[in-house]
This record gives sequence, structure tokens and C-alpha cells, in this order.
Amino acid sequence: MKTVLEVRDLTVTYPARRGAAPARAVDGVNLQVRQGEIVALVGESGCGKSTLARALVGLVRPTGGQVVGDGEPLGYSAAALKAYRRHTQLVLQDPGGALNPRQSVFDAVAEGPRLHGLTDRLGERVHTALAKAGLRPPEQFAGRFPHEMSGGQQQRVVIAGALALEPKVIVADEPVASLDASVRGEILKLILELRDSLGLSALVVSHDLGLAWNIADRVAVMYLGRIVETGTVEEVLLRPRHPYTRALLSVLPDSGEPPVLLTGEPPDPTSVPGGCRFHPRCPLRAAEPDPRCDGLDLPVLTGDPSASALAACHLVQ
Amino acid sequence: MSAATHTPAALDVPRHHAFGRFCRAYAKRPAGLAGLGLLVAFGVLALAAPLFIGDDQLNVIKVDGPQLSPPVDGYPLGTDQAGRSVLLLVIWGARESLSIGLIATALTVVLGSAVGLLAGHYQGWVGKVLMHVTDWFIALPSLPLAISLSAVLGQGAASITIAIAVTSWTATARLVRAQTLAVEARPFIERAKVLGAGNTQIMIRHVLPNVMPLILVSSTLTVASAILSEATLTFLGLGDPTGVTWGSMLQAALMGGAVTAGAWWYLMPPGIAILVVVLGFTLVGRAVEHVLNPRMVTR
Repeated sequence: MKTVLEVRDLTVTYPARRGAAPARAVDGVNLQVRQGEIVALVGESGCGKSTLARALVGLVRPTGGQVVGDGEPLGYSAAALKAYRRHTQLVLQDPGGALNPRQSVFDAVAEGPRLHGLTDRLGERVHTALAKAGLRPPEQFAGRFPHEMSGGQQQRVVIAGALALEPKVIVADEPVASLDASVRGEILKLILELRDSLGLSALVVSHDLGLAWNIADRVAVMYLGRIVETGTVEEVLLRPRHPYTRALLSVLPDSGEPPVLLTGEPPDPTSVPGGCRFHPRCPLRAAEPDPRCDGLDLPVLTGDPSASALAACHLVQ
Repeated sequence: MSAATHTPAALDVPRHHAFGRFCRAYAKRPAGLAGLGLLVAFGVLALAAPLFIGDDQLNVIKVDGPQLSPPVDGYPLGTDQAGRSVLLLVIWGARESLSIGLIATALTVVLGSAVGLLAGHYQGWVGKVLMHVTDWFIALPSLPLAISLSAVLGQGAASITIAIAVTSWTATARLVRAQTLAVEARPFIERAKVLGAGNTQIMIRHVLPNVMPLILVSSTLTVASAILSEATLTFLGLGDPTGVTWGSMLQAALMGGAVTAGAWWYLMPPGIAILVVVLGFTLVGRAVEHVLNPRMVTR
């Protein structure tokens, strides 16, 4: 399968205010998304998953490493970004905020094509995108304004706006986190349908392991700026190896295992611990201390999708 | 751009709805309607003035009324020291007072919005430079600046208009910049960037429409203060000495000894006219503000 989107050794560091250490939001990440594949990026708040998603669409400029779209490293000139975004689109968490309240649905969906000069038969393109996103009949929705629609419909408009450019990849940052449970399923089903009908690839960022289980082909678990475990959805969620993934899964209601509650301070990207970055909170290390955990840095996972499951841990390899 | 590509009904209907909603909400605010009524009355009078006021009533050589007379038959608001009807002068003065106020406001709003929008969008050195320039203009004392400007440009309506615009655009710029910063932080700006929008498109298509209500509200309030400034500056003798405005009437009254003569009919009407027009614009501005700001509707 062809790789449509890739990051190589990506780092994003936010400069700090005077006196404080800079925040290493993304601290060495390799990840590949292949054609027609849905990859879920999961992790807790503040682990850098949203920063990674923004770096993937060029909204955040990496301090190191590369974003590679369709085999070509992403340039950061206005023209290069525009060309890149023709085939990599973003879907944001809060559809209410992601739509300009003063734009009609038609204008919101037509915006991408207009900006890229695709104004030939614009109406048809917009209506097709609306229909693909499940807003049927499109004529009925084209004239509405965001505040006249439900959250699920708004998210469909955002997705239609991305589809109007006929992208190859969609990066979705918590696409259903702000929606009702009943609507979540519909939007996730829509993403799956688009993958099947259009061959669309997607990177879905979420904190929800259940969501990853439902739609993803592969899962990458992120902790404190780095991917700590990656593999197919079955490998990672049914046979987790990294103690962090295991702790996340153990607190799900139907995990069947005693819940492992993580102790210690929540992770802070301005002071990443040495050695394994999870060691201060690691239940495995607490049970059987190993000098490598605090002292020996782990290599960055390669992110090669054809390799079997990878986990960044001294104790489970 | 898109009107031809899909049914007009789909695009136009909501716009009408929005405008209709605005009108209905505005109609529920009696103070706003009263203000609008005052402004319409003054506007109609000012526009229609040439139909019933001619050189015969305004030229000090041609008029034949009693001099500095209290209200009498034929002169409902009395006369000035040259024998002109104060009522007709007040109506005639509305023309220049209103036009200077409106033109100065237009300049203020355009300049202030442009600077505010650019300073809010380009937050790097461009924004810093623009805000420093704005601060510099804020620090300039407006009255001496206006006096020196009219000394350079010559007395008259044009220099007064420019002087008002130069000294009042800073408030609009600061307001628009603050709102621009708030709008720029919203997610739809991020979405627009990813869809391929450049700086200009983001500013014009996304920021400006969302800042517009605020600009509208602030401009109605700016008109009020521009009319006051115009009166102040002409009262100080910086206006066109041959023209009639409310400010120049007050000045003429003072110079002509209306105060010592107790000629209240000469002093009061232009003062009350200024008060009423400023009140009208303020009432309209407040009503528009309430209608456009959904968080204030509940009251």
C-alpha cells in the first residue's frame, strides 16, 4: 500500500517565557498513514497529539524532522502549503466553532474550491460534497447558516468542506468529542464509508480508545510527545504491551482486568524525564525497578506500518 | 460569485431573514426608534432646506428682519444681530454639521478599521509598528493638533473634517484590533487556513464580517462625537467664516453679544440641535448594539 502521509523524526518545541524551559510538545515522532487506512492517534490531554495533527497540515511549523505528503517533504512557503493542503485536509473538534457564523453552508463548503480556483461547476461540486457527507438533499442545506443546524450536521458541513477539495488524507482532531453519543456513531460511520467509497485515508486524533477500536486499522499511542506503542488495532488494544497502554485499557469498564491507576504527577512537556519518559508513573517499574528505566533513553519507534507491534519500553522487549 | 451556480433562493432567503430579524428586533426598542425618528427628521430637513431657504434669508445684506429680536410673528425663534431667522439658520446649519460629522466618521471608520484589522492580523512587527503609531496619535493633544492643521490647510470644512478624523481614528483602531484578535483565535480561522486561505482572504472573508457589527455600532457613536468636535472647532473660529453651522452660530452669538443681551433665542436653538442629533445617534448606536450583540438581547 502506498504511503500518503508520513512524519519523520518530527519535533515541535514551543518557546518558553523567559526563565522557563521550552515545551517539547512533539518530541520525536515517526508515523505513516497509507492509502485507504485509518490510523488512530490516542493519548491523554497534553500529550502532544493535537500539536502533531496541526503539524501534519502545516499549521504548526516543526522545529525538527519532516512532514512528507505523497513522497515529497512539505515546504513552508505559502504556495507549497496551499498545494499540499489541496490533498490533506483538517477536521476540527468543535464544528460550531469551525464554521464562520456569517457564512452559509454553501459558502463554507465552496470556500476550499474557490481558494484553489476550482470554480468550474462550483454548485455541482458543493452539492456532491454535501451529499457525500450525508447532507441529502444538498439543496435543502446549502442556504442554511451554522446556527440553524445541529452539531452533527455542522460536523458534516465541515467534512463536506474538506471533501470538496477531493483530498487524499483527512486529519481529524477529536472529530466527535463535542458531539452527542448518538451522533458520534453517525460521524464515525461516515468516515468509514468515505474510506470505503473514496479510498480516503484518515488520521483520527482521539483520547477515546473505544473510538479507535471502532474505526481504526492501526493505533498509535502517544505519551508526552512521543509514540510509545503502535500496531494494528487488534495488537495494540487486545494485546497491549506498553505499561501505559495497559493502564489506559485497564480502566475501561469491560476490560476484565483490575484497573491500574497511574500515580505521580501528570506529564509536563517542559520537563521530560530522562530515560524512559514514562518511568515516574510506570506501574511495572514500581513493581520491579530496573536501572535502564531511569538512565537509558529509548530509541524513537520507527513507525513502519509493515512491522509488527512496537512498544517503547525497556521491560517488555 | 456563486449566485449563478445554484438556486438564488437558497442563497438569498437567509440573508433576507437575517435583515428581517434585525429590523424586527430593532423595532422592539422604543429608544432606538425615537433616535431614528430624530435623525430622519433632521436629515429630511437638511436635505430639503434648499427648497425653502435661499440666499434672501441667509445673506446678511439682503435680509430685512428686526435685529436680535426675540421670537415674534414670522420669526418663531427670533433673529440674529443681522436680522436673519434663527430657525432657518438652525435648519441650514444642519447641512454642514451633519455632512462634516458623517464624512469625518467615514474617514475615521475606514482608517481605524484598516489599521485595527492589519494590526490584529499581522501580530509580528507590522502589528507592533501600527500600534505604536496609534499610541503616538492617542498621545497627541487633539485640540492643538486640529488648530495647527487648520492653520496649515486653511480654515474651512475640509480641514475641520481632516482634523476630526486624524484625532479620532485611534479609538476605532484599538477597538477593531481587540475584536480582530478575538476572532482570529476562533477555530474557523484555522479551518480557512487549511482550506488554503491567505492573509487577505482571511481578513476580508472571515475577520471583517465578524468585526462589522462592532464597527457599525462604534461608528454611530463616532458620528455623535464628530458633530460635537465640529461644533467645538467652528466655535473656536476654525471653520469657514462664511458658512453656517451650529458651531459657527454659537460663535457668532457669543461674538455678537447675545450673552450680554440675554438673547437666549439665539444661543439655545443651535445648542439644542447639537444635543438632539448627538442624542439621536447615541440612541441608534445603543439600539444597534443591543440588537447585534446576542448576549445583550435578554434585557
